[in-house]
Amino acid sequence: MTADVHEAPLLDVRDLRTYFKTDDGIVKAVDGVSFTVRPGQTLGVVGESGSGKSVTMMSILNLNPNPGRIGHDPALPPGPRMEAFLHGSKKHTSISTGQALFRGENLLEASKRRLRALRGSEISMIFQDPMTSLNPVLSVGSQLVEAVMLHRDVTQREARELAIAGLQEVGIPRAERRIDDYPHQFSGGMRQRVMIAMALINDPALLIADEPTTALDVTTQAQILDLIRELQAEHGTAVILITHDLGVVAETADDIVVMYAARIAEHAPVFSLFEHPMHPYTWGLLGSLPRLDVELERLTQIRGQPPSLLRPPAGCRFRPRCRFAFDRCRAELPEATPAGFDPGHLDACFLAEARKLEESARIVAELGLAEEAA
Amino acid sequence: MLNYIIRRLLWAVVLFIGVTLITYVLFFLLPADPARLAAGKSATAEDVARVSHQLGLDRPVHEQYVLFLKRLVVEHSLGRSYANRRSVNEMVGEAIPVTAALVVGGAILWMLIALPIGILSALKPRSLIDRGAMIFILIGISAPVVWIGLLLQYFVGFKWGLTPNAGYCDVIDPPPGASCGGPADWAYHMILPWLTFAILFAASYARMIRANVMDTLGEDYVRTARAKGAPENVVIRRHVLRNALLPVVTMLGLDIGVALGGAIFTEAIFNLPGLGRLALNSVLNLDLPTMQGVIVFATLTIILLNLVVDLIYAWIDPRIRLA
Repeated sequence: MTADVHEAPLLDVRDLRTYFKTDDGIVKAVDGVSFTVRPGQTLGVVGESGSGKSVTMMSILNLNPNPGRIGHDPALPPGPRMEAFLHGSKKHTSISTGQALFRGENLLEASKRRLRALRGSEISMIFQDPMTSLNPVLSVGSQLVEAVMLHRDVTQREARELAIAGLQEVGIPRAERRIDDYPHQFSGGMRQRVMIAMALINDPALLIADEPTTALDVTTQAQILDLIRELQAEHGTAVILITHDLGVVAETADDIVVMYAARIAEHAPVFSLFEHPMHPYTWGLLGSLPRLDVELERLTQIRGQPPSLLRPPAGCRFRPRCRFAFDRCRAELPEATPAGFDPGHLDACFLAEARKLEESARIVAELGLAEEAA
Repeated sequence: MLNYIIRRLLWAVVLFIGVTLITYVLFFLLPADPARLAAGKSATAEDVARVSHQLGLDRPVHEQYVLFLKRLVVEHSLGRSYANRRSVNEMVGEAIPVTAALVVGGAILWMLIALPIGILSALKPRSLIDRGAMIFILIGISAPVVWIGLLLQYFVGFKWGLTPNAGYCDVIDPPPGASCGGPADWAYHMILPWLTFAILFAASYARMIRANVMDTLGEDYVRTARAKGAPENVVIRRHVLRNALLPVVTMLGLDIGVALGGAIFTEAIFNLPGLGRLALNSVLNLDLPTMQGVIVFATLTIILLNLVVDLIYAWIDPRIRLA
């Protein structure tokens, strides 16, 4: 929380929508998502599988499979572009509309060349499964060298020096020898370290980590998260940490975005989210979080299934699973709106604020979150 | 590594003995007498018995087999043909270049067809290129080689007169009295056989390459490469093709090995004096030494190419270390 709240955002995503055309119909994988990331800050993005976390990030860098040419035709304004996509005959394509302003530049309208220049140099990504994210037939060294040489005007030898330094920085022992090894000669945790070294080798302003610890065992998870935090502090990199584990973001993030069914349910500073969680879905998530320090009879679960993004329910997406739903939730789609007590705390729920605070206080007391936040 | 090669070679010996032994046993189970065939139509019972003795056919099967092995190992000789008393070494030696020319030329042609079709249709699935390729693949895989060969022969060779219908020309040193010779004639005569031989393989290889490339395009490391900012041509060349073509190398080695044993149909249609035709004739003539000669060569080729494929694979795929 060292970053100044009033500093210009590094990444400002506004009303991002990513739709996929499939054989079964249009999948609205991201449907009106807005958030900001400030320089050096960590944003945690939480939600269950299929809630649109990864697609949101992939859309920003245009890394979704089969991006439609229509979707990135800067000649058309967003409205007509979406129209052309929805009524066009081209199948198996996708579109992203809205804005993803990186230092003020809309990435959704950037040329392919411009995006390539940004990827891996200004904005880097690491992925969930380090076992499959590295090319098995190339040595880790040549993959690191490739990352350097794509963006910097250096010789092969200099790039190799940088690669060795990068591996040393992420704590790979005997880096100058291991650089010629192949991915299968590293353990899962070591491979994720290699991925991190590769992502940070060009000193990016933003690192998007898409469930970087999900595929790793618990002790390795903690080491990898510590490493990311450490490097982030050293380099001043902003981090978007995608996870389905609220416990992970509680320790790491400055701000948290809770996503549900392609939309944002709640967006708040981390302390505020754990002090006054304001959305029924967040309450469900908090209740289902296993903890070692609190004795509970059993973990509560959120009843029902997340909705299909092909045919989402009318009104609020969470309504069919929500204990508090009332008439308005069926009729209208709630937008994320600021809470009265803190304009930086947004939630998309129609319940009266007093009612939400009351319920929130009950849940926080029950789970013993208040002491922790304090 | 040396250990691995020695073990492979020992296995090769076992395999070799197995294959040749089975040939012997099967041959003597045939309800036909090679001596009668070799002695001629008007031969008496005594003639047949004499021929049988000359050829060693009156001895027990196991003795004949041991004799065959001894001759092969000590004299490096495959013996003489029952049918025309020519040295089998010589006959096989003459047939090898013909079949090798057909198979190697065919393999180059089928890869030249399959690689672009497979890669382009994988990069643009459901496009016009892809649909056209699928039709070609379907026809190529379902049409029998004989039918394709005869069609090409009839239209290209006979009707349009673009190529010779059949026959073979030596590349170098054509024998005196030969009607043709030299590289140009040779290639001119090989066009149709190459095409016939290549179509089936081109189709199945295009399909395999397409499937492999499409699979690889969905790999996480391809996404990583794009996320690094690599341009699409680098992504395809360095990250997709390197991985997608690994299994193709294996298949290519094995298929070439099998085909070198004799491309029987193609050789028969175009009257090429290769191993396939030699094998076919030797079976019709109950000519055991010649048959055995072709089988020995085919077995050795397959064993050798399998070994070569494994070594190449270990070299291009770092995950495989031979131990």
